Amino acid sequence: MTGAATPVNAPASRHFPLRESYTFPPAVIDQIHGMAEEGRYEIRGWGAKRKLPTFDDLVFITASASRYPMEGYREACSTATVLGSRHASKPLELDIPITIAGMSFGALSGHAKEALGRAATAMGTSTTTGDGGMTAEERGASKHLVYQCLPSRYGFNPADLHKADAIEIVLGQGAKPGGGGMLLGQKVSPRVAGMRTLPAGIDQRSSSRHPDWTGPDDLVIKIEELREATNWEKPIYVKVGATRVAYDVKLAVAAGADVVVVDGMQGGTGATQDVFIEHAGIPTLAAVRMAAEALREIGKHHEVQLIVSGGIRTGADVAKALALGADAVSIGVASMIALGCNRPSWFGAADAQWVDASADYAELGTQAGYCHHCHTGRCPVGITTQTPELEARLDPVVGAQWVTNYLRGLTMELTTLARACGKSDVHHLEPEDLVALTIEAAAMARIPLAGTDWIPGWSR
Amino acid sequence: MTTLTPTLFDCEQRSVRDINIELRELEPGSIVRIVNPKGRHNLAVGLMKHLDITFDGSVGHYIGGLCDGVEIQINGFCGWGVGENLMNGVIRVAGNASERAGATAHGGTLVIEGDASTRAGISLKGGAIAVGGNVGDFSMFMAQAGTLLVGGHAGHALGDSLYEAVIYVAGSVDSLGSDARYEDLGDDDVATVTNLCAVAGFDHIDPQNVKRIASAKLLYNFDALKAQKY
Amino acid sequence: MCGIVGIHLLDDELESQLGRLLSAMLIQMTDRGPDSSGVAIYGDVAAEGLLKYSCRAERADVDWRRVADQLGAMYVAHGDGSVLIGPPGLREVLEADGIRVVSTGRAVEVFKEVGLPIDVVQRFDVTSRHGYQGVGHTRLATESAITTDGSHPFSTHDDLCVVHNGSFSNYFSVKRDLEAMGEQFLTLNDTEVAARLIGYEMNHGRDLGDALKILQKQLDGFYTLLCATENQFAVVRDPVSCKPAVVAVHDRYVAMASEYRALTELPDIDKANVFEPIPTEIYVWSRP
Repeated sequence: MTGAATPVNAPASRHFPLRESYTFPPAVIDQIHGMAEEGRYEIRGWGAKRKLPTFDDLVFITASASRYPMEGYREACSTATVLGSRHASKPLELDIPITIAGMSFGALSGHAKEALGRAATAMGTSTTTGDGGMTAEERGASKHLVYQCLPSRYGFNPADLHKADAIEIVLGQGAKPGGGGMLLGQKVSPRVAGMRTLPAGIDQRSSSRHPDWTGPDDLVIKIEELREATNWEKPIYVKVGATRVAYDVKLAVAAGADVVVVDGMQGGTGATQDVFIEHAGIPTLAAVRMAAEALREIGKHHEVQLIVSGGIRTGADVAKALALGADAVSIGVASMIALGCNRPSWFGAADAQWVDASADYAELGTQAGYCHHCHTGRCPVGITTQTPELEARLDPVVGAQWVTNYLRGLTMELTTLARACGKSDVHHLEPEDLVALTIEAAAMARIPLAGTDWIPGWSR
Repeated sequence: MTTLTPTLFDCEQRSVRDINIELRELEPGSIVRIVNPKGRHNLAVGLMKHLDITFDGSVGHYIGGLCDGVEIQINGFCGWGVGENLMNGVIRVAGNASERAGATAHGGTLVIEGDASTRAGISLKGGAIAVGGNVGDFSMFMAQAGTLLVGGHAGHALGDSLYEAVIYVAGSVDSLGSDARYEDLGDDDVATVTNLCAVAGFDHIDPQNVKRIASAKLLYNFDALKAQKY
Repeated sequence: MCGIVGIHLLDDELESQLGRLLSAMLIQMTDRGPDSSGVAIYGDVAAEGLLKYSCRAERADVDWRRVADQLGAMYVAHGDGSVLIGPPGLREVLEADGIRVVSTGRAVEVFKEVGLPIDVVQRFDVTSRHGYQGVGHTRLATESAITTDGSHPFSTHDDLCVVHNGSFSNYFSVKRDLEAMGEQFLTLNDTEVAARLIGYEMNHGRDLGDALKILQKQLDGFYTLLCATENQFAVVRDPVSCKPAVVAVHDRYVAMASEYRALTELPDIDKANVFEPIPTEIYVWSRP
């Protein structure tokens, strides 16, 4: 420590002079300074960053002597997944139980949307539109496209409704359950604005409630309208942010949903208030089991399919969500990461060169691995932007290959675990295939703590 | 081939499902009469062609919703969201309309000869709504584009969080919503109101003597230090 | 989250048709509330000094005639519904015997059950009932359990009944306050809180309109409420008013429903003034 000044009044024997406050750590101090300067809440992208119980707190108890495994590389393990069979005459028949979540053209660049559509098609799964409507590129690239019906109804129209393969009525999302969408002016390009019938460059804030119905009893009538308008062909999903999950899932079923989508608090967003992201909703781990039990209680488990989203990253997460009762999962942030989100460099497809993006991250006040600046529209890797020069950093064909590879990897991880549990179909995974590593996870997922038969709050 | 004699549907004999299937199969330009609707919902929705449909009696929710090109006459009262998400065409209600009339419509013309209840023109994205009587509270909430003409008076919070849509009111207004303001009436406005009155068949509105309400655009860009209403 | 219907007759000649009209209205609201259903019927006013007790028992072996005899009460059956007519103060005695008193009053009778409106109409022989006022409800349960006790109408005080469409957002706090003031709750249902708040205020000397003003101040959230007393019929909606309500005012009746389709079979409905109650306005109609 040559040259370092000796702190005033500090005894020479103190080796840790910097004492961090647990209540006011530097990050909190920084937040208060920011709010004092700006006089408003922080808006950002991505999902919850705080520590939460996750699927990592569960492990599979795979086969050994009492159970026999399927042969890992030879014996079939089905991943086929049907969504929307309750009332729709044309349910979605997918090859894998992993779908791409709704993300808007506006929040995401056209290249990113196209890449996700191409990847989903390559893997025989579905992708989803978002606030702002359906683009021709996305429709063209996607074999199975789910069309969202959101409170704003930006870009929602009957012509695209007829082109959709399924309809998702969005009541809320995990990042901001109870709140409407947001797209800051720097991303409202002329094309985005035109699709949304808004002036370019304004800060676009969507409503929190739908304009033409409120509550599950009136949703019954709205769902009937959408079915009548599309000849009862298309599956109708109802998506809720995970809060009062047991009630909301039952009400979605009562309202007539074919599929219920439950988005946990780790779910991402293009932009919303940080206070919303971090302080509203419940973790996906708790939500999936609550939703499955609610469906079981009313005798609709698997008849009405359950899709779970919010922080799914690995094939293990997928397998655990399925074991806890989901029929499929949906990935949003993870699919963006596969496209290169938070990567230190971007890939120039024309000359097959990686180009360092550190300076661009630094300009946003962040660095690769920490970026949540989707709201700024200045995505260093061309995913969450409407600026042509930035969008050009993501080649849709290359991006599609990355996402395809990622989805294939997830599926391989999923079937590896399922086979080891002796399943010839990933949908045969069950809660009893799991044990919990922490008391919190045991209570939330209603899974016994490893080595015990104890489920805190549920068993004696 | 166009059917010139009206095709008749009696809602006492046929289900909503049946009627909608047959409407979908009719040739464009067909004339249809639907009797005894008795407040039934979701009739004539999602039609992507010109049909000339008359309802004899009061209807339920979302009549004419998600349509493109229809011509609908409702001889009675209508429920929530008449003509919701209409893309093009004309819907005329001879009586009063319930809440959320013309919600999110992108185009076409909705004429309500009587009163419209709360949230008329909510999230309007284009086209025109002409109401002969009064409109309820929260009308034109977050309306983005298009026109609302009110022959009578308007309730509270009119035009809250308006974008580019414009409202004309012949009578009184209980209150304006956040970011809505009165503006001077120009020649273009008078022409718009005159045309809309002609289309609607309204002769009780003096186009020179209506209030113009549009967005003050203070909410267009987020600035908390200006103490905006959030 | 539910369907509401109600009718308040102004013309005595319609009284013989009350049950038929109310049943038709209720069945139209099946889609809005398939979980449970109930009606309140006002008529056959008990003699001065007597009360009607609408009763329900979980066990099937209750000998209602004997129960009535033991209590010095009269027994009237309406399908599976049992009404005892006797002096005040029988509620505690009946409840001690495992019998649930669903309503008390000189005029009101309440019948409710888990199931579809058609089942409730048939089970309690609603169609044949006469009377001067009726209220009905079909429930789509949101937060509290699907039980008979949790079905509407809620009749918490003599001759009061309340039905609700919507959901209150601060009802646990209001419930705690009412409990501190002595109200005893039967369910975790938010509508019971509204009913007990109105009943509490009316027991403390306020009329129905003023009690509803207090409700507007205390209860937050979304509601369309229909309330009735022995001679009043009231409708109120919250300031945002995104749950539906349609009122028909005719020379012969006032009727209210969640949707117009419930009103279509009423006499001369085409000549009634049909309108939607405006936010926060308290509408009260009274019989002489």
